[in-house]
Amino acid sequence: MTTTIESPDRIEPEEPGGPDAHGPGGHGPVEHEHEHEHGHEHHGPTGILNWLTSTDHKVIGKSYMITSLVLFFISGTMALVIRGQLANPTSSLVNFQTYNELFTMHGSLMLYLFAGPFAFGGLANYIVPLQVGAPDMAFPRLNALSYWLYLGGSSMMTLSFVVAGGAASFGWVAYAPLSNSINSPGAGTDMWLMSLGLTGFSAIFTGVNLVATIFYLRAPGMTMFRVPIFSWNMLVTGILILIAFPVLFGAVVMLFCDRHFGTHIYSVQGGGVPVLWQHLFWFFGHPEVYILALPYFGIVTDIIPVFSRKPLFGYRGMVFATLSIAALSTGVWAHHMFTTGVVLLPFFSLLSYLIAVPTGIKFFNWIGTMWGGQLSFQTPMLFSMGFLFAFLMGGVTGVLLASPPVDFMTHDTYFVVAHFHQVLIGTTVFAGFAGFYFWYPKMFGRMLDERLGKLHFWFLFVGFWVAFVPQYLLGLRGMPRRIADYLPTNGWTGLNQLSTVGAMVIGFSFLFFFANLVKSWRTPVPAGDNPWDGGALEWFTSSPPPHHNFTHLPPIRSERPTWDYNHPEHRKDESHGEKRHREHEQKETVGASS
Amino acid sequence: MRVNGAFLAVIGIFFGIIGLVYWFTSYEDAGFLMLMGSALLGLLPGGYYLWWSARMKPLDGDEADASVADGAGVVDSFPGSSIWPFLLGMAALFATLTFIFGLWMAPIAIALGLSAVIGGVVESRRGGTV
Repeated sequence: MTTTIESPDRIEPEEPGGPDAHGPGGHGPVEHEHEHEHGHEHHGPTGILNWLTSTDHKVIGKSYMITSLVLFFISGTMALVIRGQLANPTSSLVNFQTYNELFTMHGSLMLYLFAGPFAFGGLANYIVPLQVGAPDMAFPRLNALSYWLYLGGSSMMTLSFVVAGGAASFGWVAYAPLSNSINSPGAGTDMWLMSLGLTGFSAIFTGVNLVATIFYLRAPGMTMFRVPIFSWNMLVTGILILIAFPVLFGAVVMLFCDRHFGTHIYSVQGGGVPVLWQHLFWFFGHPEVYILALPYFGIVTDIIPVFSRKPLFGYRGMVFATLSIAALSTGVWAHHMFTTGVVLLPFFSLLSYLIAVPTGIKFFNWIGTMWGGQLSFQTPMLFSMGFLFAFLMGGVTGVLLASPPVDFMTHDTYFVVAHFHQVLIGTTVFAGFAGFYFWYPKMFGRMLDERLGKLHFWFLFVGFWVAFVPQYLLGLRGMPRRIADYLPTNGWTGLNQLSTVGAMVIGFSFLFFFANLVKSWRTPVPAGDNPWDGGALEWFTSSPPPHHNFTHLPPIRSERPTWDYNHPEHRKDESHGEKRHREHEQKETVGASS
Repeated sequence: MRVNGAFLAVIGIFFGIIGLVYWFTSYEDAGFLMLMGSALLGLLPGGYYLWWSARMKPLDGDEADASVADGAGVVDSFPGSSIWPFLLGMAALFATLTFIFGLWMAPIAIALGLSAVIGGVVESRRGGTV
């Protein structure tokens, strides 16, 4: 069954007046009678059948978010067990094999199955069509397929704990000689590889969908340079996915052939090159870091202007910074391989340093947006602030690690562990939950509690610093990563215990999150269309949006169409072209009269 | 579409330059090939878009002063609900499980996959306007 979508009606800003015409809370159009005329209603199946058969980007986006959050909590629990094991020297909370499986699956679930899919499958799936004014994603059934591939792949990886031989235990990077059939026998490893194949394709399909949606389904007047930064970042992320994931898939298929079909691509005995795996993996792996980071930069870039009551400072600068981060990130893969001794140090070191420049531009613009604004620290803004601090610390230590001499000293120590946890928790957890708190009212039509949200933030923020700053110090004192055990005489006990306490506080903070969700479902507070007085197009439609998103559209004349509509006094109702045309006319008139 | 084409072409050119620099400073073939592949990934669609954008009527989304009324009419046809993506996803899951646990799973994967492909194609035709 297909539905033909008519384009939404136009709203002239003068007719319904400003936000006051609708009373407090609702800023968008209220009347929906047109819906019936156009037959926009959705006559689909309900309940579980709706979940199985829906091609609506909003249903798929929510499924993605729920699945990835479940995996996030499973994986977070593994992290708590890992920290429990490390809290004391010669601890025997879990045995060494289980410990190896735990840190492997913690990394794999977080990186492959939570951080990316939560952003590009969940939030982006839901928000991007709304932000560009599209009725759905460009390929809705492909979108559904990518969710089912993701669900299949992630269940396979999670269930690999129960097969004989246990889950994969070679770290999330699966370096070649360790991941071959002699060193890692068993179905767990194969399930890990196949799961990457499935979720990799799921990511590729989502990437195609995002790029096509942003290229082709923008509403009239929504030119590329009026698309909100979150959607811009998702476009760039989509392209990065298309660059990175096919390489991972190729690498995984070759490793599988090495394990089962007798090829010797990664084994020295048959004339292969083990370090090829590292090249292929990190050619995927470093763009992957930015596939994880860019969507979250976009979230923060959309949140900060709303809570600063100012337009974004340096819109084009943000776009070009995003582009250059993405481009540079693909040329720096071997900075993960400095210690192999076979890579070109100056090239990769220089390009890695260069990434600090566009990232610095982003920080400058975020601060510039807040400068002189009327800041209000509601939960989404607090989480965005948490992101700025966390990512700054993670980024600065990343600059350190880009220097080969420093990297030789700290490679594979807890310094690196602390670095990437600060980067990734800064982005995926702080900015991710900022986006969740920000868009939850849009998705479910009800508010989350501010007090519980702030408690969540402060416990998370304190726990985060207590957990990871000691790990920098541990790394500098020589503690290697991926060890299950250490001696009391190493002198690492105190810092490890501090780090474990921090991790437990992080775990505790999520109880407030659960309480918040329960509260919003038990005693809902209606959100209205535009609770934060946001400017982008998603705040124009109702909360939650109707089946094909918009019954009406405002004229789009800037990157904040909803703001222009709700605040006519600030409206820039002339496009640059018209303005130039008029200036030209005026000049001509002046010339004629003189 | 001109902006989009230029955007992809710039990515392609960047990887082309980086790839050449990388080749002549390191002579390492894996990275060189991947960078060149990325350059093509930018240049092929980017060039196509640039070529087309000079010839096509601009999209409403690319006109800075387009009004919503300009987009009046049919936007596109979108599928309603469809079970076939789910079946195709499960077919892929069983196909990968076949590689791990043996050929006895292959018939499930083939049955699911065939039904999903046929069902999806028929569904598109019956929908009529795709």
